[in-house]
Amino acid sequence: MKILKDGSKTQVSFTLNGTEVDGYAEPRTLLSDFLRHEIGASGTHVACEHGVCGACTVVVDGKAVRSCLMLAAQAEGKEIRTIEGLAASDDSFNKLQDAFHKRFALQCGFCTPGILMTLSSLQDSGRRYTEPEIREALSGNICRCTGYREIVDAALDVLGDRVVA
Amino acid sequence: MKPAPFDLCIAETVEDVTGALASHGETARVIAGGQSLMAMLNMRLTEPDLLIDISRIPGLDRITVDQTGVTVGATVRQAELAAHAEAREAVPLLAEALSHVGHIQTRNRGTVCGSLAHADPSAELPLMLVLLGGSVTLASAQGRRTVAAEDFLTGTLTTSRRPDEMIVSAHFPRPPAGAKTAFREIARRHGDFAIVSLACIAQGRNLRLAVGGVADAPVAVDLADVSAETLPAQLNALAWRLRGYDDIHATARYRREMIRRLGLDMIMEAMA
Repeated sequence: MKILKDGSKTQVSFTLNGTEVDGYAEPRTLLSDFLRHEIGASGTHVACEHGVCGACTVVVDGKAVRSCLMLAAQAEGKEIRTIEGLAASDDSFNKLQDAFHKRFALQCGFCTPGILMTLSSLQDSGRRYTEPEIREALSGNICRCTGYREIVDAALDVLGDRVVA
Repeated sequence: MKPAPFDLCIAETVEDVTGALASHGETARVIAGGQSLMAMLNMRLTEPDLLIDISRIPGLDRITVDQTGVTVGATVRQAELAAHAEAREAVPLLAEALSHVGHIQTRNRGTVCGSLAHADPSAELPLMLVLLGGSVTLASAQGRRTVAAEDFLTGTLTTSRRPDEMIVSAHFPRPPAGAKTAFREIARRHGDFAIVSLACIAQGRNLRLAVGGVADAPVAVDLADVSAETLPAQLNALAWRLRGYDDIHATARYRREMIRRLGLDMIMEAMA
């Protein structure tokens, strides 16, 4: 049993987008804040901070989760992927990002990292999804600009079960 | 917002947890998936001195399916139970209800037992536990005890768990062989907290009906000799008995009406 004392910082290390990273966190430090302020990976956005909006979605051990509802200490030893991990070495878009670009699936772009991480976790399964399944998955991500139509279209281009012209 | 400061205990055994709870009592909170508790911590609706993380305790992550039903360990995630083939076959209603619990991102971390411990009156998993006549097993430094669903879920966000106890598992019994089951809920959006949730087990003209989101905890009733003629009066009597409450989401009157309408619709489907 380990007790981490309030106010003192302990080392937390995990794999971030394939690279070992570490930093220091208080017991109450949220994973979202740890990623942004300690690691400097500010692509993960923070909005509601109580698990409703999905802006802070990251992929932990292959599963999309809310990084604001997880303590940094709970991430110890995990394999974490964030929006920064989608960038190719030549800065080109991956298929999902490309579809978002083509379909105008973002306006202000604040919710986009969370949405792309939710969809990336679906993409990992290798299967194709129906529109209701895509909409159900995206129901955990709130976008205040687009009305979702373009986001769903972009997601269906890459993950959908029908052929797109 | 950010949580108020707390000490964090990374527990390795159930005894670590029961020992810490024995010495800290109500000033400690147990966290597993944290999908209800982390939000409450962030909003400072709860400010424990000690948070006890049980998510790394070996052996609490088991799903056991036998003739009696499905037993779910304290750290089993909602998504894991929903995807468990044997559990789906034993109690199909569980997977159906789980698909309404939050969103994929919260089900990936949220635990089944955590939802029971949180005891939201309209939540789907407490409703299932009451409908199926399930139970919760609690551990303390004194030993273990198993508490029936109705005795465990005592009110809004309130259970009969003592401050020195943690949930180690929950048991969802199989419905009787040949029985038909159904589930309905009404929420503003899919994945939101239900306004009213209903589930039933029908065996011939005998019916067990559970209602969440109307009284301050889910309630199950057994109705005998049910038919399309008798049901409206029976549901009306139940609606008035549970009374309902007014809040930002709906009025008490609306909640009672949902028992009459959604209830009738669901029961007719199960009995068809």
